[in-house]
Amino acid sequence: MPLDQHKTILNCTVNGREHIRAVPDNLLLVDYLREHLGLTGTKIGCDGGECGCCTVLVDGIARHACLTLAAVCEDKAVETIESLDTRGRLAPIQRGFHEKLGAQCGFCTPGMVMAAEGLLRTNPDPSEDEIRAGLAANICRCTGYVKIIEAVQAAAKELRHE
Amino acid sequence: MEFMPNFRLHRPSQLTDAIAAKAEAESLYLAGGTDMLVNVRRGIEQPKHLVDLSAVAELKRRRDDADGLTLGSGLTLAEIAADDVIAARYPAVAQAARAVAGPTHQAYGTLGGNLCLDTRCLFYNQSEWWRKSNDYCLKERGDICHVAPGGKRCFAAFSGDVAPALIVYDAEVTLTGPDGTRRIPLEKLYRNDGMAHLTLKPGEILAAVHLPATHAGDPSSYEKARIRGSIDFPLAGVAVRLKLAADGTVADLAVALTAVNPYPHRITGTDAYKGKRLDTALLDALRDQVRKQAKPMRTTTVAPWYRRRVVGAIARRLTAELAGFTE
Repeated sequence: MPLDQHKTILNCTVNGREHIRAVPDNLLLVDYLREHLGLTGTKIGCDGGECGCCTVLVDGIARHACLTLAAVCEDKAVETIESLDTRGRLAPIQRGFHEKLGAQCGFCTPGMVMAAEGLLRTNPDPSEDEIRAGLAANICRCTGYVKIIEAVQAAAKELRHE
Repeated sequence: MEFMPNFRLHRPSQLTDAIAAKAEAESLYLAGGTDMLVNVRRGIEQPKHLVDLSAVAELKRRRDDADGLTLGSGLTLAEIAADDVIAARYPAVAQAARAVAGPTHQAYGTLGGNLCLDTRCLFYNQSEWWRKSNDYCLKERGDICHVAPGGKRCFAAFSGDVAPALIVYDAEVTLTGPDGTRRIPLEKLYRNDGMAHLTLKPGEILAAVHLPATHAGDPSSYEKARIRGSIDFPLAGVAVRLKLAADGTVADLAVALTAVNPYPHRITGTDAYKGKRLDTALLDALRDQVRKQAKPMRTTTVAPWYRRRVVGAIARRLTAELAGFTE
């Protein structure tokens, strides 16, 4: 790191834990998560905000970690794929992907799951069209999306206790 | 780790502080960053200072009064798309906001960012390696235009979705800079130059958008052609506002295009349709007029002839739909 690197003290909550660290001004959130905090569940798939693999929740709303500067997350709560389970027990959205085979190669899955989690928090009973629209910023090259939609529907059903 | 140039990040909470910070050499304003940070990562932009506007509350204001609706440039596209007042009075604007990229981009991409979007070209929006292999281009570091070799003009296309929808409602914008504030028609924010398509003066910021009450409630719609329906920039986009008189003739018709010129283009000559009955002949004439004024160049993977045809077809269909006209 060059000596003239500009840094900011960043105070933000990641997966429920408060972190206060000096971060370079030009550090992307995805690199903060992966390289500084060791949370490698969040993936880097493209260089242009096209694939959605890096999707995390910032204050509960889906956001590309690769198009967000870490320092902009001051006082915000970031949630990654690592935050969903409870002591090894899968969250409903994870169980949906597991049981309906919503993951194939699995690379898009962390972003897809976080986008779906964000969607279900605002819309607990989405129609198929709403699921398609809600996940439109996430690309999957394996599944053809059918199994992903079934996974989200299964999770929504479980969350509604049906 | 991803490549990022070394810059200093400023996070002002006041507009005046943002303008002061922007006075630093080689500085850029950063709104949502959905497009700008891509260009920074690719080395297209190498700022020494980035002025993040996300904490400036003044830019998130929304005011609804007798003059019309005023929207702060920092409102997100998702907020514009979900606004009931916009959907009722200016439907094309809500539709255009919903048509930008995907839902994740809309959640933090802003109105002002979409209006000030950099122009796009197949030879420009590429990785450093790709651009270097091609000796860069006229718009960035190079001295040749790969779209029109031999030419000295840049044809990169303005590809924002929201601008044409605002233009058909005669929207105005407030620009605030070191020398004060001015208000101009949105159309005057742009010029026909892919390299410098914005008429912003140094340090100026697009602070707010004004949608006048004059045409509020007129039926309108926006549609774009794109490669992937889920996320892509437009290959061609059209906004149409159509008001019919009680006898079914055209009272007012406004059409604006995006992605087929270096600026959002308002179709000229639509006044000629006023007072005429909307029929097949009128729709065909409108389609031909749109095709003639659209000037798509080889800036996308899709050929210009297709974009010229599709832009005319969308304009024709939207106008017919707004009129409830079936052939």
